[in-house]
Amino acid sequence: MKRFGGVQALNGVSFRAEDGRITGLLGPNGAGKSTTLRILYSTLVPDSGSALVDGELVDQDNYAVRQRLGVLPHNAGLYPSLTARENIEYFGRLAGLSRIAARRRADDLLALLELEDIATRRAKGFSQGQKLKTALARALVHAPRNLILDEPTNGLDVPAVRKLRALLMRLRDQGQCILFSSHVMQEVALLCDDVVVITRGTVVAQGSPEALRASTGAQSFEDAFVALTGSPGDAD
Amino acid sequence: MRATLTVFVKEFLENLRDRRTVMMALVVGPMFGPIVFSLMLQFALERTRSVEVNVELHVLNPAGAPNLVRYLEARQTKVVEIRGDGATARSMIVDRSARAVLEVPADYGTRLASGTPAPLRLYVDNSRNSDARHVARIRTLIAQYGQQIATQRLTLRGVDPRLLAPVVLQSVDVSTPASRALLVLGMLSFFMVLSVLTGGIYLAMDTTVGERDRGTLEPLLATPVSREALLCGKLLATCTYMFLSLSLTTTALFVALGRLDLEQFGMSANLNMQTALGLIAVTAPLIPLLAALMTLVAAQARSTREAQAWLGVTQLVPTLPLVFASLMNLAPTLPLMTIPSLSQHFLITGILRAEQLDPLHILVSVGSSLLLGVLLVAIVARVYRRESLLV
Repeated sequence: MKRFGGVQALNGVSFRAEDGRITGLLGPNGAGKSTTLRILYSTLVPDSGSALVDGELVDQDNYAVRQRLGVLPHNAGLYPSLTARENIEYFGRLAGLSRIAARRRADDLLALLELEDIATRRAKGFSQGQKLKTALARALVHAPRNLILDEPTNGLDVPAVRKLRALLMRLRDQGQCILFSSHVMQEVALLCDDVVVITRGTVVAQGSPEALRASTGAQSFEDAFVALTGSPGDAD
Repeated sequence: MRATLTVFVKEFLENLRDRRTVMMALVVGPMFGPIVFSLMLQFALERTRSVEVNVELHVLNPAGAPNLVRYLEARQTKVVEIRGDGATARSMIVDRSARAVLEVPADYGTRLASGTPAPLRLYVDNSRNSDARHVARIRTLIAQYGQQIATQRLTLRGVDPRLLAPVVLQSVDVSTPASRALLVLGMLSFFMVLSVLTGGIYLAMDTTVGERDRGTLEPLLATPVSREALLCGKLLATCTYMFLSLSLTTTALFVALGRLDLEQFGMSANLNMQTALGLIAVTAPLIPLLAALMTLVAAQARSTREAQAWLGVTQLVPTLPLVFASLMNLAPTLPLMTIPSLSQHFLITGILRAEQLDPLHILVSVGSSLLLGVLLVAIVARVYRRESLLV
């Protein structure tokens, strides 16, 4: 449960994200997706209830949990006067990698995300796609077991979204636990093994996209989503 | 500890790349003070010099008083002969082509010879402050000339001229050359404290609201590093820039002052390497306190713009005690040495005066500043743990 002043942001959110699966947190704007994720990566503290990662309780002082967590917050930014590589290596160093290990890891990620051409450029003039890829590399630099992505496809063009999708599926197949939020249902339907539908701070349904569609008796996943959240206007 | 060092190195290098920060902290800040300061000092020195070296006096009918003219010229007065009458003298003063005009009336010579008071007319504008010292110098010279004639007359008549001086007022100037220089050099502590502030202002913002505005704060807080370690790295970088700014400003001040010929005016400003190092050493304990203060203010602001406004006000806080000190003419006492920035002002002026500093005063000043600094850092650390830091 999480309350900001008089606003009840979350009220009874409970779900599991399994290893080796991609779990999508789906809900309209303002449903509480970011708040849920922030509690999971410990920048917010729940008023009641708890969040566990790999069976360990999350809190501000549990560094071991965050060590196993890769985080891409909503609208994450980069340090404009550092290069793409420096942005990535800085977070590697903060996660405890040696200088050499951080550099090697940055090399791998720059290659993986096709960022080599901007590796030594300062982040100031990066496009949305370049920014997001760099931020993703930053989240992956310490090879975390669990990945939390808050609306990672925001502002990306179609080819970039496709590449991101392929990357996430590869990471899943390596056994990582991936949790990402989105308000775009097509994306969730395409990518997720499990879906958690959240609206007004409450989980209203969870299961595979197919199961959700079947349970609501809707023709398409989009109809199912509208039926579940009851707010077609918010769910662009 | 390693994370703190990582943060420090990154913040230090990142800000070194930011032209605005470098300009403000390491160029404009350290240059501004010394330039303003040496201009002020130059101006003050010009005023003293112009009176003592080069007094100009326009004289109507100098031929009527040749001895007086010779007397004045022997005392570094430039006598300029003009033609005309009282009206000419008046208009010259009004249109500022002369500061003072002396008119020697036609009957001056005869009356002087007959021993009756000989008239001299001095045209001046008393409402002009800038001429006051100039005019006073002329008055003094003429009075001295009169005194000299009186003494001669009395001596000729066998009267002891000392009868004319029943009372002698002797004023004893106890100021040393160094303390005379201090009248103007007292401003030095103000510029030094200011330089500490300007050195850190951009980093204090950049490492708090700046980080939030750019969207880098949240990923940073999600790293497996304690918030205290992050904060320490950032504060360390801010302190380093403040220290650099302080050192550069002090060096620039000394270079600027070295160019002015202070000795010529009976001032020795005690400006050597050792003094400079001493000044930096007694000012440096202020750095953690002011870094934490600015970081605290910046962390509360909702946007960079708001932070800028608040930090502008914050800059006044450490300079206030200096203003009070000079207005109330405070002298250093042990209780006053517990007040940061005021105690540094006392120590700075003490060093410039070439005084023997009380070790206890130094200890109290350094101790109280550092202690308050630690206290304020602890408060900032608490703010850093709050969730509201993110929004």
